[in-house]
Amino acid sequence: MSGIVFDLAHLLAGGLVLMSFVLLYQDRLNALLNVYGLHAFILALSVAWQAYIQSAPHLYVTAAIALVFKAILIPYALYRIVQRLGIHREVETVVGIGPTMLAGIGLVGLSMVVMLRVTAGADPLAREDLAFALSVLLLGLLMMVTRRNAVSQVIGFMSLENGLILAAAGAKGMPLVVEISVAFSVLIALIVIGVFLFRIRERFDTVDIHALDRFRGEQR
Amino acid sequence: MAVILDFLVQGTQMLVVLLLSPLLVGFVRKVKARLLRRRGPSLIQPYRDLLRLLRKEVVLAQNASWLFRTAPYLMFAATWVAAALVPTFGTGLMFSWTADLIAIAALLGSARFFLALAGLDVGTSFGGLGASREMMVATLAEPAMLMMIFTLALIAGTTQLSTMADLMLSSGVGVRVSLGLALVALVLVALAENGRIPVDNPATHLELTMIHEAMVLEYSGRHLALVELARHLKLLLHISLIACVFVPWGLAAPGAGLVPHLVGFGAYLGKLALGGFLLAFFETSIAKMRIFRVPDFLGAALMLGLLATLLRFVSAGM
Repeated sequence: MSGIVFDLAHLLAGGLVLMSFVLLYQDRLNALLNVYGLHAFILALSVAWQAYIQSAPHLYVTAAIALVFKAILIPYALYRIVQRLGIHREVETVVGIGPTMLAGIGLVGLSMVVMLRVTAGADPLAREDLAFALSVLLLGLLMMVTRRNAVSQVIGFMSLENGLILAAAGAKGMPLVVEISVAFSVLIALIVIGVFLFRIRERFDTVDIHALDRFRGEQR
Repeated sequence: MAVILDFLVQGTQMLVVLLLSPLLVGFVRKVKARLLRRRGPSLIQPYRDLLRLLRKEVVLAQNASWLFRTAPYLMFAATWVAAALVPTFGTGLMFSWTADLIAIAALLGSARFFLALAGLDVGTSFGGLGASREMMVATLAEPAMLMMIFTLALIAGTTQLSTMADLMLSSGVGVRVSLGLALVALVLVALAENGRIPVDNPATHLELTMIHEAMVLEYSGRHLALVELARHLKLLLHISLIACVFVPWGLAAPGAGLVPHLVGFGAYLGKLALGGFLLAFFETSIAKMRIFRVPDFLGAALMLGLLATLLRFVSAGM
């Protein structure tokens, strides 16, 4: 029993890390949005499995929120934004895809080393979930750092937030109120970011955030 | 008596891989043709090609050195030995104490080394171009292969193929992300190593894209036959490697009688047919990528291999 329980949790959480890498690998905006939807879908499955293992029904609510908002609504809203902005559909990266992937592997290794050392006495399931959640989080950060296009930075932010939810679901006992407020704050963040995207686009005719640097006089 | 039986099994294994490999290539070509609604050449066409090449006279370039003449034999020998080490229908192979995945990777690597040297030897521009492209592929494919091997070795606690197959047959493995990632990495590496479609097209001589063909353009007669046969063997080797490690069902145990071996042989034929069909199906459904995209493709394989190793450490830490 414990074998298959652990294996499935491992599979889903590992799949989430893999999806983070797939996000890093994409070079088209539409494909990026689709993969983000898949990322959130796997998160929902993972959280639902955690709810089943821990017999904690309120985690099913979290899974449902992840499924409806993150896997369907946010990708669709971003898709509409991309269409309305009329930007060209390629992801501009600061460094090439290859070095980014290598840096990502390094970050995953780092989070494994840190988490496995720190949580030596904890429950194996929570331990493994925390290690994967930290790597998803770091990969999201990496994505925000290495992208020039504001839309793909938003995707990085959202995937980072998925990692947080995974960590919270793995560590037993997160109250429902916190989850709901986190989910809604992310939704609000999306709306604010969407408004900002349109403002940046209006002002600079682009969503490349390097235009902001130039505006502030940081780059000649 | 037992020693004689072991020798018999090992000898059969060596003959089987040698005789089946052109058939496999013919099968893949036939399936591809049928999928494109063509009739395609007969299944035994690769054998006919090899026989025709063997009968023909060898034409050598004037400045070809001894290396150019010996390279086909070395390549063929290394590939054949590597293919003979992979358990195909039974795990009780005579050489299974050496049938170590790292040894197989090394044998394939030396075969590739001689092929690239031979490509450079005559000094034509095509040979050099092919050799440099082949090395570009190799710099990423070989680390990816090694990472895949390390993952499997960490899971099984050994690099021996027959022990690995036994472990996979027992139900103690469970669902592992690392294994799935390793399988995908191995498939990507196998596609690149055999010059199959997303990386190289085995059926054309288009100078913009060719890798393998560019290196062997100068070969003729029995040398070309050996190079081609080595190539067929390599494809068979990769498919049987995947079959042996990931779907080892039907493999006969060491010292088993005739019937389990026959069952294992039937299962092996089925696995080969399935592998060949999947390969042909995959090749007809995608387009070839630009040569400059190949490092990205193989980088993904390397990344999957690295990730598989890392994830293995997480589940090992439990």
